[in-house]
Amino acid sequence: MSELSRDAVAHLAGLARIDLADAELDRMVGELAVILEAVATVQQAPIGDVPAMSHPLPLVNVTRPDVVRPCLPAEDALAGAPEAEEGRFSVPRILSDD
Amino acid sequence: MTTTAHDAVLGWEATVTAYEPVMGLEVHVELGTATKMFCGCPTTFGAQPNSQVCPVCLGLPGALPVVNEVAVESAIRIGLALNCEIAPWCRFARKNYFYPDMPKNFQTSQYDEPIAFNGHLDVDLEDGSAYRVEIERAHMEEDTGKSLHVGGATGRIHGATHSLVDYNRAGIPLIEIVTKPMTGAGERAPEIARAYVATLRDLLLGLGVSDVKMEQGSMRCDVNLSLMPRGSAEFGTRSETKNVNSLRSVERAVRFEMTRHAAILSAGGSVVQETRHWHEDTGMTTAGRVKSDAEDYRYFPEPDLVPLAPPAEVVAALRASLPEPPVARRKRLQDAWGYSDLELRDVVNAGLLDLIEQTVAAGASPAAARKWWSGEIARRANAEGTDVASYAGQLGVTPAHVAELEALVTSSRLNDSMARQAWEGVLDGEGSPTAVADARGLQLVADTGALAAAVEKVIAANPEVAEKIRDGKVQAVGALIGQVMKEMRGQADAAAARELILSLLGQA
Repeated sequence: MSELSRDAVAHLAGLARIDLADAELDRMVGELAVILEAVATVQQAPIGDVPAMSHPLPLVNVTRPDVVRPCLPAEDALAGAPEAEEGRFSVPRILSDD
Repeated sequence: MTTTAHDAVLGWEATVTAYEPVMGLEVHVELGTATKMFCGCPTTFGAQPNSQVCPVCLGLPGALPVVNEVAVESAIRIGLALNCEIAPWCRFARKNYFYPDMPKNFQTSQYDEPIAFNGHLDVDLEDGSAYRVEIERAHMEEDTGKSLHVGGATGRIHGATHSLVDYNRAGIPLIEIVTKPMTGAGERAPEIARAYVATLRDLLLGLGVSDVKMEQGSMRCDVNLSLMPRGSAEFGTRSETKNVNSLRSVERAVRFEMTRHAAILSAGGSVVQETRHWHEDTGMTTAGRVKSDAEDYRYFPEPDLVPLAPPAEVVAALRASLPEPPVARRKRLQDAWGYSDLELRDVVNAGLLDLIEQTVAAGASPAAARKWWSGEIARRANAEGTDVASYAGQLGVTPAHVAELEALVTSSRLNDSMARQAWEGVLDGEGSPTAVADARGLQLVADTGALAAAVEKVIAANPEVAEKIRDGKVQAVGALIGQVMKEMRGQADAAAARELILSLLGQA
């Protein structure tokens, strides 16, 4: 496993929209490195020629008919939203001022 | 952001003389399924906001998606119609990004395992030549929600204080069709781009998989474009112009981007790889997001969906059920009907192909079918602001009516002018052509005695014209036929009158 760089952690934080201070970044590099190392143990599993899989069950073609099913009422859909306006989910400003 | 209010552009001639475009088109098509891609919410356009949502398409914890079987079939049919290979096994993937148009924070899409790939679509151009557009892939994904931006100028995202999101559209099945880079198009690139999107639209309409309404967003086009100096084979830096949503705009956007790139390159600058926004009103693009650091979607196989493995016999059955491609159908009908290129284009543009085909099947000649459907009824439909097919549907006028009308002409019951009157009666709701002819007393005079009397009278009254015809100026007969018609109050058979006049004057 290649070393986890500070830049890589900063990049991940950016992708996850987590604002990390320098000190936090330094701490996370160490903590994430430990976690990655622990997870890396699975690389030692004797997989031989077992094909890569993305699902634990050997299933394919699980589909449903194109038939309408009941939806949530709009008020229920919005009930858990921190903010709603005009029947829509209200979200913070998307673009910054630049 | 380094954009100016108006980007410099180079003249068109200078652009195409110095540079060769490389163009790629991405078309998103919303499928016309009753329900969404991964849940049973309906897909009705224009419903009350957030009334067609459920835990799956809202991305609520624990909700599990299940694939819509009709959407998969449609995807395979589109792939087959585009001459693609169909993947024997493929998966969905998560495309991770933070943007409020997808409540899950990812879009379920396909990444390196598209359901269809390596196809082509032949496109007819104005000059009669064809251009083959190579298809890279057609993959399945889901549409996003719709955002209203509040607090900025005229709904723009720039300067907005917050945004309001409606997730009714989130999860509607989309097929993204991606071309391979098109080279060698030169100055025809704008025309080819438009013709490709138009041909694709017709194809999808023929498949019945989407209503392909560009104005409602059920078909959307992104234009990727770069230039390379003529003689070079190395692609330049491309721009991606998003949401170009009419055929005319596709053509204009390609043209604009070509001249914009050319201005930058010819001034010694470099094109920035970025997203561009198309502005219908000005016919220009403006800079959007710079792509360099944003392109990290961390795709991975979707763990909540199992792979798709369309059985070969299912694919074969779908292939067998494909309709004839529109381009092939037009060629076949043109050959069968003997229409000129111009005549064919006119009836295609007027949407008359189906009506004419049905009218010919009902017994009329292709020429007569074209004449009646593109005449008075087309004029009236146009005045009503609708198309002939819808208008005929409203009036209850059918191909069988046209065939019946034409039969009245070929059986010599009506001449052309009477047939026009009968047709007007049909369009006025007076009944079938025969009923109108009966009610209006339209009937050629079958009495040869009456015709002979009229012909003799007209010849006697026009000795000079008669003399010309005797001398061989046969074309002068038209003047006499007109008078015979008048004499018989329009109820004469013009062909019979002509024959009789010529025979009496020694020209038969």
